[in-house]
Amino acid sequence: MSNEGRQTGRGFAGSLQRYLPGIVLSPTILAAVVFIYGFIMWTAWISLTESGLLPRYKLAGFLQYVKLFQNDRWWVASRNLAIFGTLFIFFCVVFGLILAILLDQRIRVEGALRTIYLYPMALSFIVTGTAWRWMLNPGLGLERLVREMGFTSFTFDWLVNSKMSIYTIVIAGVWQSTGFVMALFLAGLRGIDDSIIKAAQVDGASLPKVYWRIIIPSMRPVFFSAVIIMSHIAIKSFDLVMVLTRGGPGYSSDLPATFMYTFAFTRNRLAFGAASAIIMFMAVMSIIVPYLYSELRMKRNG
Amino acid sequence: MAEKSLAVVTRTPGVVAGRIFIYTLLGIAAVYFLLPFLVMVMTSVKTMEDIRMGTLISLPREINFDAWGEAWSSACIGVNCQGIRGYFFNSVKMVIPAVLISTAFGAINGYVFSKWRFKGSELIFSLLLIGCFIPFQVILLPMALTLGALGIAQSINGLILVHVVYGLAFTTLFFRNFYVSIPDDLVRAARIDGAGFFRIFWRIILPVSAPIIVVTVIWQTTQIWNDFLFGVVFSGGDSQPVTVALNNLVNTSTGVKKYNVDMAAAIIAASPTLLVYILAGKYFLRGLTAGSIKG
Repeated sequence: MSNEGRQTGRGFAGSLQRYLPGIVLSPTILAAVVFIYGFIMWTAWISLTESGLLPRYKLAGFLQYVKLFQNDRWWVASRNLAIFGTLFIFFCVVFGLILAILLDQRIRVEGALRTIYLYPMALSFIVTGTAWRWMLNPGLGLERLVREMGFTSFTFDWLVNSKMSIYTIVIAGVWQSTGFVMALFLAGLRGIDDSIIKAAQVDGASLPKVYWRIIIPSMRPVFFSAVIIMSHIAIKSFDLVMVLTRGGPGYSSDLPATFMYTFAFTRNRLAFGAASAIIMFMAVMSIIVPYLYSELRMKRNG
Repeated sequence: MAEKSLAVVTRTPGVVAGRIFIYTLLGIAAVYFLLPFLVMVMTSVKTMEDIRMGTLISLPREINFDAWGEAWSSACIGVNCQGIRGYFFNSVKMVIPAVLISTAFGAINGYVFSKWRFKGSELIFSLLLIGCFIPFQVILLPMALTLGALGIAQSINGLILVHVVYGLAFTTLFFRNFYVSIPDDLVRAARIDGAGFFRIFWRIILPVSAPIIVVTVIWQTTQIWNDFLFGVVFSGGDSQPVTVALNNLVNTSTGVKKYNVDMAAAIIAASPTLLVYILAGKYFLRGLTAGSIKG
């Protein structure tokens, strides 16, 4: 009883102690309510109006969404996201996994190699985009390099070719993010029980077979996390496009993120931009919410 | 010396060939990851003449740091011809307070969510977690209008506010996951001894928090320093961070394109996070994987 009394205290000081955790959290809760949930609803509201340069809060129904889905540029941006997202995730996961498996073979200079593979992640997309823009520049970069090596008819003009520009974004994106996926897989590989592998090897399974049949399948949660995080990065990708191609030539390398920015901030079509933002939001949530749900449930059960 | 590897039991020719194969692949990958940065560095110390004559990977004929000086203090970004120096310090002025404030809130929030759970606190935590994943496009317009209403649009203070607010979810997540691993009994014992909320935090929790503080500070520093979206939307003219200035410099279409200056500016803009990565790479890795909710 006396313990109880001491624990919660009595009178004003006691109730202050009891409410203190809530009080301490309140600025963050307030910030989340206003800046996350409130702002999302505010954007949703704008998207249902005819706001142009300035917000006008008179509802216009789903007009902007109809316009959005009739807009060719939006479909180019969405298709680009599908192309970019698929290739970006695929190559990051494949290269990341291969590098992680190679590094897992008791490599002498593992620390140094890991550092080299991962450093692009420390850099801003604006910085790496600057570097890639320079290397992919047809007159000066790779194209010229290969031509001077004797292959005079070699062309590599993806950066300025509207059919190929989206693939330059993939190249730079994969370079930037592969190291991160490798780190995830390496952490996963290190978590695998050695005795299972030893047992398989005693049974005569070759190393590639052990990886293919036992290790890789057992890392399914890591694959899952990697794909979720990479898709989230893909949908948010904005910086890389802005510095590498500015969405061009024309709008051939636009992504929804750059589309939203262009319409809301440089073309002053607030409601239209807001509608595209809401669609992006719903796309991300449809991936993330089930993921978070499964992660949290797994933690509770585990 | 006996190899302890799973694969290597004896040194047969096949095994040796396998090792050579592995090291070759790893070496190629290392070149691939290093090459862009080497190209940047080499280009930044070439003269324009040298750039026009040579190729991407040809070594500079003489090392010349003029482009670095120009990038730092005299390159034209828009109408302002004072280099990226001012913008670099804008980023510094933005990063330091934003990192400190968001880390401090993250620590105390994580402490509550792990050690002072109350009815509904788990739900609140889950709802806060969503903040790590929203595409920021969905909050840009209201934020711009709000900053305008508060009178801090186009200012560094506005950017600090934005980064603190949208960093809270991450910092809280990091600290909460770390504090969960501290035994609850420790806190319970302290409470029985009459220690209060803050006393336990200062005396018990904070002293063991160094590793997670380092991870959080590194994560927030790189995130905020590297941000472009908030910078380009919420800042203007004199308040732009260095990433925005770099983009403007690289994307200028007027005059002769000085690639060496672009590259020097890019390296300068990259230097703080690169330094953090080199000095604290181990923790950087931990921060990255922590960002994937793997604790």
